[in-house]
Amino acid sequence: MRAAILSLTLLAGLLAAPPAARADDPPPCDVPAYLLSSDSTLAKVADVVKSGKPLNVLVVGSRSSTITAQEASAYPARLLAMLKERLANVPVNLSVEIQTGKTADDVAHTLVKLVEAKNPTLVIWQTGTYDAIRGIDPDDFRTAVDEGVSTLQKAGIDVVLVNLQYSPRTETMTSVPPYLDSMRAVAQQHDIPLFDRFAIMRHWNDSGDFDLFSATHGVELAKRVHACLGRALSKFVIDAAHLDQGQQNSQ
Amino acid sequence: MTSVADTIAARPRVEAAAKAPAITLPAVSERELRLDLFRGLALWLIFLDHLPNNILAWLTIRNYGFSDATEIFIFISGYTAAFVYGRAMLNSGFVIASARILRRVWQIYVAHVFLFTIFLAEISYVATRFDNPLYAEEMGILDFLKQPDVTIIQALILRFRPVNMDVLPLYIVLMLFLPLILWLMKWRTDVTLVLSAALYVATWYFDLYLSAYPNGVWFFNPFAWQLLFVFGAWCALGGAQRMSRVLSSPVTLWVCVAYLAFSFAIAMIWNFPPQLGHLMPKWFENWMYPVSKTDLDVLRFAHFLALAAVTVRILPKDWPPLKSRWLRPLILCGQHSLEIFCLGVFLAFAGHFVLAEVRSGPLMQVVVSLAGILIMSVMAWVISWYKRSADKDGKKGIGNADMAGGSL
Repeated sequence: MRAAILSLTLLAGLLAAPPAARADDPPPCDVPAYLLSSDSTLAKVADVVKSGKPLNVLVVGSRSSTITAQEASAYPARLLAMLKERLANVPVNLSVEIQTGKTADDVAHTLVKLVEAKNPTLVIWQTGTYDAIRGIDPDDFRTAVDEGVSTLQKAGIDVVLVNLQYSPRTETMTSVPPYLDSMRAVAQQHDIPLFDRFAIMRHWNDSGDFDLFSATHGVELAKRVHACLGRALSKFVIDAAHLDQGQQNSQ
Repeated sequence: MTSVADTIAARPRVEAAAKAPAITLPAVSERELRLDLFRGLALWLIFLDHLPNNILAWLTIRNYGFSDATEIFIFISGYTAAFVYGRAMLNSGFVIASARILRRVWQIYVAHVFLFTIFLAEISYVATRFDNPLYAEEMGILDFLKQPDVTIIQALILRFRPVNMDVLPLYIVLMLFLPLILWLMKWRTDVTLVLSAALYVATWYFDLYLSAYPNGVWFFNPFAWQLLFVFGAWCALGGAQRMSRVLSSPVTLWVCVAYLAFSFAIAMIWNFPPQLGHLMPKWFENWMYPVSKTDLDVLRFAHFLALAAVTVRILPKDWPPLKSRWLRPLILCGQHSLEIFCLGVFLAFAGHFVLAEVRSGPLMQVVVSLAGILIMSVMAWVISWYKRSADKDGKKGIGNADMAGGSL
């Protein structure tokens, strides 16, 4: 089993490796294949891309979906760049809606208006951190995420959930697992892909790609991590929409 | 077949006053070493679980079934508290027993405030040193430092409880209600248990909870968790004895083993989703997850019952290794559980600090974990030395202090 995972990891690394290294490329930060695979599919995204229509992505998130004063280096911007590169034959638009200091329940109630205004094909909803910090009842959190996802699905929109960051320095201060479990349960219930940001970042920390314990005062680490997250998320979205074969052949 | 029940059954009962109260207690107090052993084990496991991202945490029972060490801890606490203070209530009356219980509550409260001080020190250190833009949002957990006046008051009234510091407030509340529980049990033991179960059901039905500061709820909902505590008390006060026929039945054993195997399979599937995730039907997973720890999910409670039933079956009261020196560290830790619990919470903070500041990695996690367990064991030995030798001079004026000390 282990060997199989390892070879899958290597394979994923090879597939993800860009043809030529460029200056702004993220550092090597491979993600094991199982963390980027999902049983759920993004059917709407697939339809739109296959019919050549523009792909509108809306990222709804909290402060961990941006880097203060460095928005262009945050993962949503990197995701857009990667999607444009991989889906060269359709226009890709991406807007970001950052709601700081809002619980999942607060955000869920804004979703109807948001999607009316932006008309997205895909909503990437990053949530959980503020609820964990505030110690919101995990049951209430689960209900809120559930309602938010239902709202989006009723509007005919594909959803990807993005869970919490792996933050080792605050692990003794916040109880994260109930929120991770809740998001996983909602994703399964609605059959939507969950981008396991927590497990991916923990993998990078454990494998030595990043020292996430670091007390750095600079912004470089954040930029590099976000670049890797954007790249992993783009691969995750493309895989979940089953758009990879065609695109890879054309590369 | 020997069980907790036989412990009690084997001993002459207290011939209680004319009215013959509903509870029965052994006349002679001999320590039930199995309780100490498993409480010590629970303390070690809680320490390992509290050390974040710890490779040895894979050894703890929470990864192999629904329940974890907290259930063991609360059940045994209910058992021993009822055992000690139930006797006090029979011998000295309601007022004296309540007074002793309240003194114990005060000790636990002071311990909790002490731990909170250490937590404040750690979190303040992180707040001043750690400034990583990647975690701007996560650092919001430190916002309460901006309002220390409010936060500290809220901590003192147990509404503000940092992570890993939820068990003692739960225990304080449970102990506060122990006089009432014992008084009811003295009247009708089984009715008390039924009332407790009714409160548990009402908790789920009416969504009862205690609010926390700045918002959210108590992580361990006392309305739900009281069931384990009262169940422990019920077992101590004759319930285990009355259950002994059920416990010794092979049907019970096989039902328990089957349930443990089932929950083991479920835990494996949940822990290794990429390899095993497809084995579980989605509707089933949706129905079952998440298993609430806050409200002591029925699955968790049942898992604990099954574990306990199988354990008393496998380990008789006079199991020889209980006297061996290899299990001595565990038993000693279990005998001084309040002190060792607090030490464990502190060591988890300290261990995390070492992992963050010095280096992390699996080897270091093992070293830190083993060092923590060693420190807990040595400390337990020192405490028992104090009680055995250093405090021997004074007259036994504090009366039951020893027994009370073992009652957490």
